[in-house]
Amino acid sequence: MNILRDSLVIARRNTIRIRRVPDVMVFVLIQPLMFVVLFAYVFGGSIDIPGSSYREFLMAGIFTQTVVFGATFTGAGLAEDLQKGLINRFRSLPMSPYAVVAGRTASDVIYNVLSIAMMSIAGLAVGWRIRSSVLDALIGYALLLFFSYAFSWVMACIGLAVRTPEVVNNASFMVLFPLTFIANTFVPSDNLPAVFRTIAEWNPVSALTHAARVHFGNIPASAPEPTAWPIQNSTMYTLAWAIGLILVFAPIAARSYQRAGAR
Amino acid sequence: MSTASRDSSIIAHNLVKKYGSVTALDGLNLEVRAGTVLGLLGPNGAGKTTAVSILTTLVKPTSGSATVAGIDVLANPHEVRKRIGLSGQYAAVDEHLTATENLEMIGRLYGMNRRGAKTRAQELIERFRLTEAADRPLKTFSGGMRRRIDLAGALIADPPVLFLDEPTTGLDPVSRGELWDVIRDRVAQGTTVLLTTQYLEEADQLANQIVVIDHGRSIAEGTADELKRRIGGEHLDVHIERQDQFELTETILKGVASGPLRAHSGDGAFSAPVKNGVHALSQVLRELEAKNVAIIDIGLRRPTLDDVFVELTGHAAEESSNA
Ligand SMILES: Nc1ncnc2c1ncn2[C@@H]1O[C@H](COP(=O)(O)OP(=O)(O)OP(=O)(O)O)[C@@H](O)[C@H]1O
Ligand SMILES: [Mg+2]
Repeated sequence: MNILRDSLVIARRNTIRIRRVPDVMVFVLIQPLMFVVLFAYVFGGSIDIPGSSYREFLMAGIFTQTVVFGATFTGAGLAEDLQKGLINRFRSLPMSPYAVVAGRTASDVIYNVLSIAMMSIAGLAVGWRIRSSVLDALIGYALLLFFSYAFSWVMACIGLAVRTPEVVNNASFMVLFPLTFIANTFVPSDNLPAVFRTIAEWNPVSALTHAARVHFGNIPASAPEPTAWPIQNSTMYTLAWAIGLILVFAPIAARSYQRAGAR
Repeated sequence: MSTASRDSSIIAHNLVKKYGSVTALDGLNLEVRAGTVLGLLGPNGAGKTTAVSILTTLVKPTSGSATVAGIDVLANPHEVRKRIGLSGQYAAVDEHLTATENLEMIGRLYGMNRRGAKTRAQELIERFRLTEAADRPLKTFSGGMRRRIDLAGALIADPPVLFLDEPTTGLDPVSRGELWDVIRDRVAQGTTVLLTTQYLEEADQLANQIVVIDHGRSIAEGTADELKRRIGGEHLDVHIERQDQFELTETILKGVASGPLRAHSGDGAFSAPVKNGVHALSQVLRELEAKNVAIIDIGLRRPTLDDVFVELTGHAAEESSNA
């Protein structure tokens, strides 16, 4: 068996589908746009960030939230394949048990690339700026994509477990809302109540958001030094989480895939 | 190549599959000799799909063992998958892909190279008359078209063993005949086929050996002729015109029938197994005329596999779900 070749065949199939089902694109492109506009203009006036503007602070948070939510596509896509009998079809073929999920998580990166591009344009329009070097900015974008890629393996497991796309969407919201809101995505975590503050500081989403802010140069010189260790080492902490998620969830996904028809 | 890899037989030994309190398979034994066709017949819920799923490595049995092409299905599923082609009961094709894209994808996943998969996909598209769907997403096409693409997928890598779960359900008669030809072609080249079907005629046409299962167990096996011979005599078919004479006719026919009578109250059709055909015919005709029953049609015929089925299971194939 050839995991790479099989995954590429599956990823190619998924990209053909992305082109042929343009409705999904509407969500991928419009939703982040809506978030930028809503947060910038609705909350923008009432939240103060010392030494910076809220919009500058906000963009990394919206990037993070969007790419993490983007992982839902992976779970929903696999659940749909299960429902349509395609997973059983694949399971009868001599292919790698990782390939269906690996191909899916790889092709879903396309969604995140597109929505990040869209958000960046919207961000620039409302006054957000990248104040670092090109290389730094690229590292910021790469971190966002890599973390969301890793997280899509988690969603893959959910998709293979619940087996219906609609349920994947509902189930993942229960995970994703706390994950992206008990964090420094939309407000600085310093102002949260003690318990939430600790959770927020150790939440990898906070580290990712902070790392993105650092790499985009969106943290003003006058900002206080972060006190929590994961935030101080945000890039490493994010990378460690991403790699850890893949190492833990890829075997679980392969196992659920192999048992998908056994019930 | 070892001897094991040239053997394309299918053997199932005492397969049991329980889903909670439901026993889908209850000690099923099967043996399909290399290069032959086994027809697995059975009413809805008999366990046909479960048997196919176990043999194609999709489902693990609760107990029992099986080998396909000489390879243990439980111990070495990956090797089994290299040697089989499966077309499941419900077409599993990607409806956003074209026929060509679907087939090439499956060919590639069998490990064929790009060129090989492409050539083979084109051949099958012509063979199954799918040219119309070759370059258009399948969602715009009928169920029968998807079914044919699914079947073509099972054939793309020329596997030595084929599993076809109700392959012609939903196909029009022309497509059905064509598929039969394709299967015969494959068998002539040495492929082993296990096919399930509700169409007894299909088993009659294609299968060297037939196994009738009900409640997860084999209840009869043999060639189509052997099974028909077990029924013995002939069948007397009667078709009457008036609904209100249904019960009267039923009583008369029960007087001559040598086995369970099949009756369809909706269209007033009866079929009764009889021992002495000509005698039964004249007796029934006399009695029906004496009672002034309006007859549309009456006649004797040789038993079909349908009759075998009713005799063995106590119900007809297509009405078994509510029997
Ligand atoms: N995943 C499952 N969970 C629970 N019960 C199941 C499952 N799959 C099959 N069964 C049960 O096992 C029995 C055999 O089912 P199976 O699908 O093998 O029958 P079949 O002969 O293929 O019927 P049909 O002609 O309707 O396709 C049925 O009673 C069915 O309800
Ligand atoms: Mg079935």
